[in-house]
Amino acid sequence: MSNPSKTTEVQSFEPRIVAFLCKWCSSAGSDLAGVSRIQYSANATPITIPCSGSVSPMYILSAFNKGADGVLISGCHPGDCHYMEGNYLARRKLYLVKELLQFIGLESERFRMSWVSAAEGAKFAEVVDEFVEDLRVLGPQNRLKAKP
Amino acid sequence: MTKRTGVFVCHCGKNIAATVDVKKVAQDLAKDDGVVFSEDYVYMCSDPGQTAVIDAIKDNDLNGMVISCCSPTLHEKTFRDASELGDLNAFQCEIANIREQCAWVHNDMDVATEKALKITRASVRRVQHNQALEPIGVPVTRRALVVGAGIAGIQAALDLTDAGLDVILVEKQATIGGNMLKLSETFPTLDCSQCILSPKMVSVSKNSKIKLMTESEVESISGFVGNFKVKIKKKAEFVDPELCKLCDDCTPVCPVAVPNQYDVGLTNRRAIHIPFAQAIPASFTLDEEACLGLDPVVCGKCEEVCDVGAIDYDKKPTVTEEDIGAIVVSTGFDLYGMEHMGEFGGGRYPDVLDGLQFERLCSASGATEGHIMRPSDHKVPKEIVFIQCSGSRDPENHCAYCSKICCMYTAKHATLYKHHVPDGQAYIFYIDIRSGGKGYEEFVQRSMENDGVIYLRGRVSKVYEKDGKLKVMGVDTLAGRNVEINADMVVLAQAMEPSKGTAEIAKILKIGRDKDGFLAEAHPKLKPVESVTAGIFLAGAAQGPKDIPETVSQASAAASKVIALLSKEQLAHSPTVAKVRDPYCTGCEMCVDACPYDAIALVDGKASVNEVLCEGCGSCAGVCVRAAIDVKNVTQLQVHEMISAIMA
Repeated sequence: MSNPSKTTEVQSFEPRIVAFLCKWCSSAGSDLAGVSRIQYSANATPITIPCSGSVSPMYILSAFNKGADGVLISGCHPGDCHYMEGNYLARRKLYLVKELLQFIGLESERFRMSWVSAAEGAKFAEVVDEFVEDLRVLGPQNRLKAKP
Repeated sequence: MTKRTGVFVCHCGKNIAATVDVKKVAQDLAKDDGVVFSEDYVYMCSDPGQTAVIDAIKDNDLNGMVISCCSPTLHEKTFRDASELGDLNAFQCEIANIREQCAWVHNDMDVATEKALKITRASVRRVQHNQALEPIGVPVTRRALVVGAGIAGIQAALDLTDAGLDVILVEKQATIGGNMLKLSETFPTLDCSQCILSPKMVSVSKNSKIKLMTESEVESISGFVGNFKVKIKKKAEFVDPELCKLCDDCTPVCPVAVPNQYDVGLTNRRAIHIPFAQAIPASFTLDEEACLGLDPVVCGKCEEVCDVGAIDYDKKPTVTEEDIGAIVVSTGFDLYGMEHMGEFGGGRYPDVLDGLQFERLCSASGATEGHIMRPSDHKVPKEIVFIQCSGSRDPENHCAYCSKICCMYTAKHATLYKHHVPDGQAYIFYIDIRSGGKGYEEFVQRSMENDGVIYLRGRVSKVYEKDGKLKVMGVDTLAGRNVEINADMVVLAQAMEPSKGTAEIAKILKIGRDKDGFLAEAHPKLKPVESVTAGIFLAGAAQGPKDIPETVSQASAAASKVIALLSKEQLAHSPTVAKVRDPYCTGCEMCVDACPYDAIALVDGKASVNEVLCEGCGSCAGVCVRAAIDVKNVTQLQVHEMISAIMA
């Protein structure tokens, strides 16, 4: 456990995250983080989607398959969905995805959901930073990564 | 067909270029498959920048375009319009956000450049699968809904009817007029509030294009810009306003007395009452909660004395559904509760009042007919202390924000006090005086010079009662000494907060609120009257603390936005709607259940999308196990392509 090369790996390991952000709340929240010049880790690359409810479980599996160390889905707060109930749909569905990931032997912490409103730039930055820190501890994801 | 894609990477002056190597991004992308043009430019949104987009499309025969720049909320429209000018379909142009989501939030150039490259490359891969789309034309309902009938709602409604539109004006209270109707005089001109407001209120009642619904609330909404369906619930109308002739025979017989909310609790009223003499609708109204006689065996006295038979206890609440094209939300403010101000004796001592209560004391239509006297013993206060920023600018304990109007109304209060009580002395504790506005600073100066108001810069720590006086313990920071005043009356300039019910209406209408609970505008500078939801606009203090002139301006601005919107023959509905890939659909109906808009139905065993109802949320795509339904230009294939681009 105290293998020095392992420690170095943890420190130098930069997790790669695919972040699905809903257009109305979380993408706008990340815009606010930008306007407020809040600095956070660059490990998460955003993909803006219409609604967290539009995320197919296949997107998550696809991201892991292509080598993502973590997948973040961020939507409007429950009750505030621009499309009325898309985030409820997302919550129900993605809970099952988490179970599925665990079942197939992937740490379920690699998949995270958050609720970030358009007014929560600082929260968005925190969500990303925390996720990056947690993934550093978990190390690279190889379970679902396609073999070259 | 391989797309011929063009890429522009914007420097945004130094905004992006300071942390992202824009040249490298453009050069690397030039090597990607299908990219036939890739350049960087200093200001893409400038006229030469847009011309460069048009020229690049024409010169290189492009059929896809990615502009890597700021958030799409700012310039997606700009560059889609430019693309159209270059004869490229607007929906073949996509924005990659490398400013807000990258350059502004990272400081390591290598890291930020790599991320900017991923973001841009993902957009390129997406656009290569975009299809040309044309907006879907939908009809417009030329009718507006105004929610909240204070001065903001009244002004908006009148402006809308001036443009020939029909308006439904919904108000929760029994009369229109809002908080302005409670005011005595208005700063800085000291004209009588009711005198300038009541003509507008009468115009509302006489206007055949306004359907006024008092004691009503919006219950639910469906549809979209230009074509909303709104359910409005109206409380039971026990007194018929058409029949009521304002004789006031009913109140003397009513046995119930409850605090009068229109007098901010300074007086009592009967269960049957008229809010103000100027009330519109000009009618008595029956307070359902206070009335004993809805069961006529118990009371029923007012019905007996009503000659014209205007009272009917059997009336029931009604719910109506209205077709609406656009909405103005003007639900106003409440004062921050006195109960929060324990250290000032708020809510505990009868002679500690809030700003609106003091307005009622000064008002000729108030309980004292405009004579300033203590609620406790009806004596004229000879020393009066006004405390500004009561509940404002105090992030630890109360509201963090400045309520903006209190400096001015406190100067007005002190001036009015001196007009009523010439031998009295007014003191004002303040932190700063904020008197920006036409004639405002001069007004404050006059209150000091002509009316001898003593301004003390400092805060008050405590107010307590001793020997029939209110002892005010404060500090004068300019003189560097503690101050004790034996006051007869204390008036707290309470912070403004969004009116009760703002959270509910925001939730019903799906419009956001800011961190302080006020309704959120779509852009703090460039879209100050638009909400984030198309077709819903904001006016007045519901959007943030503001005074009457600002409220009226915003109301007229919101109305003009509605007029422009509803003057179109047709509205363009976004064509990025769901589309079924028929051969893969098994008719399982998962998407039908998931759709929040009832836009999908089964036709001949296959899902079929009503494009006018579809808002493009993609809930259907998220549940389809066979990937047989997609949102156009955000298809599952495109998302997988974007993931590949990011993970490459």
